[in-house]
Amino acid sequence: MSVAVTIETIEKRFDNFPALRGVSLDIQPGELVALLGPSGSGKTTLLRLIAGLEQADRGRVLFGETDTQELSLRDRRIGFVFQHYALFKTMNVGDNIGFGLRSRPRQERPSESEINKRISELLELVQLPGLEKRYPSQLSGGQRQRVALARALAIEPRVLLLDEPFGALDAKVRKDLRAWLRELHGRTGHTTVFVTHDQEEALELADRVAILNDGRIEQVGSADDVYDHPATPFVCEFLGEANKLPVKVVGGQAFFGDRPVLGGIQQNQGGPASLYVRPQHLRIVDETPLALPGTVEHLRRNGPLRRAEIAVEGLKRRLDVDLASQVAPAIGERVRLRITHANLFAAA
Amino acid sequence: MSDAALPVAAAAPVRRSSARGESLGVRIALIALSLLFLLLFLLLPLAAVFVEAAGKGWEAYRAAITEPDAQAAIRLTLLVAGIAVPFNIVVGIAAAWAIAKFEFRGKNLLISLIDLPFSVSPVISGLVFVLLFGAQGYFGPWLQAHDIKIVFALPGLILATVFVTFPFVARELIPHMQSLGTADEEAALTLGASPWRVFFWVTLPNVKWSLFYGVLLCNARAMGEFGAVAVVSGKIRGLTNTMPLHIEILYNEYMGAAAFAVASLLAGLALITLALKTFLEWRFGDEIAASRKH
Repeated sequence: MSVAVTIETIEKRFDNFPALRGVSLDIQPGELVALLGPSGSGKTTLLRLIAGLEQADRGRVLFGETDTQELSLRDRRIGFVFQHYALFKTMNVGDNIGFGLRSRPRQERPSESEINKRISELLELVQLPGLEKRYPSQLSGGQRQRVALARALAIEPRVLLLDEPFGALDAKVRKDLRAWLRELHGRTGHTTVFVTHDQEEALELADRVAILNDGRIEQVGSADDVYDHPATPFVCEFLGEANKLPVKVVGGQAFFGDRPVLGGIQQNQGGPASLYVRPQHLRIVDETPLALPGTVEHLRRNGPLRRAEIAVEGLKRRLDVDLASQVAPAIGERVRLRITHANLFAAA
Repeated sequence: MSDAALPVAAAAPVRRSSARGESLGVRIALIALSLLFLLLFLLLPLAAVFVEAAGKGWEAYRAAITEPDAQAAIRLTLLVAGIAVPFNIVVGIAAAWAIAKFEFRGKNLLISLIDLPFSVSPVISGLVFVLLFGAQGYFGPWLQAHDIKIVFALPGLILATVFVTFPFVARELIPHMQSLGTADEEAALTLGASPWRVFFWVTLPNVKWSLFYGVLLCNARAMGEFGAVAVVSGKIRGLTNTMPLHIEILYNEYMGAAAFAVASLLAGLALITLALKTFLEWRFGDEIAASRKH
């Protein structure tokens, strides 16, 4: 089995709203993949399609070699963790976790003692030992989340699907759970897909990140790939911060107005383009042939970083510049900026 | 500065009662009005029923209740409710399920139709069945030819009662089910549960309190229904007279004490319903609130 899940040119419309327009994605066995995108980008719809909770209008989802269309929801064996966990509130934690096993047809169902053993093992795994008799309403958000995960793992799923797994938790718990989930994935090795709108979460957790926008996948790659080599302007702007500079490319150089700001561009690129520069890739320099002059308008402190907002003539938005050295410019000072790294996209 | 602030702070507690709204007098007047209303329109009539029922002594009371026609009316009422209520539970759950869990065309129409029995006069509800199934009705000749009696017989009583009491269960369940959404059911399905298992282990337990309220109200109305039943019953003593109809006949025949004796049974049912509802709210209040919240 080379590929765990294959998604082939999926299209899906809701009424007249196209949620997914031709999405393809391969997920390797044991991989942890994040579906990242703004709300309305179709990421949750894609997750629900993999789960079989939605039907695609066109395209297929394969588990290994099997078309999921031939599989009932039970035979798909997916572990789905819902955004608000969807724990059964009339059942205690143990019964929640055991629900999947007890739902199996009689001949496949483990004995009651095996089920109980499995429940306590899973509670051990999610670090909630001995909480079988509690009810979901007696648990904290983070505990509920872990019970939901244990419940999904109980059926030994082929694929684990998590919808905004940390969305409903506060910041501190979120961080802890994130590290814990990464560690759990390392131990159990389940093929996992999770949906998030939080880029930090996606970049930190996932082996690969698929960035969705407007029903399409913009880019799939490792965290380094998508962050350092964004394939589209959307990815560049969505991940991290970026200053956008309208330029014109002539003879391997990018010109802002009539001033050259970046050199060494491949000769086949030319004409109007957009230059995306991250704040850490702008440096205040003394003298250089390729530089952008501006005036320091504002200085801010952002944790360990100091940042200057610099107004450039002919540009409406100020440029954000991370200050590398301890020596900060004064407000009102005229400075020159050198671009150390940038992404260039031809103007649409 | 701080000196100037002090008098204001001291004055604050005095002014607070008026800031909360009405003065003491207004509050007393409002509470008194509500109590007076309850006393005049609810407690007094209720007391009157029991006082009148007991007016001619225990023996007369017992005789009025054990008399064959009264017994027949009680049995018939229990039978009609015993059929109509379970029927409405099943159909009400089905309708609520369909409305809360699925998207389909004509959903809003279905919701309005469920309310129809509430907005139509019960007399009209009864007349409709006479019009359909009576001797001169649309299906009358066919029914007569096949020797099936609906109007002025048990089937008619059941039909009318089912129609009038249909909304109670569905009305109680729909908003609750809608607020719960479908995530729990989806979770159960992805865990491999069959649709029946999902229904009996997830959906139904989630709405059990709403369902219970609905059934309680549905039953109270099914036993107490007068208008629609009066039209289709034909009031044949010992055969098609339910308790409310029996009470009316007794009353019209100037047998006040007997009428009130039977009425006290119906009133007792209302009190039991009320007590049960209150007890459940007191005993399981937290659980009910929690199940409704999310």
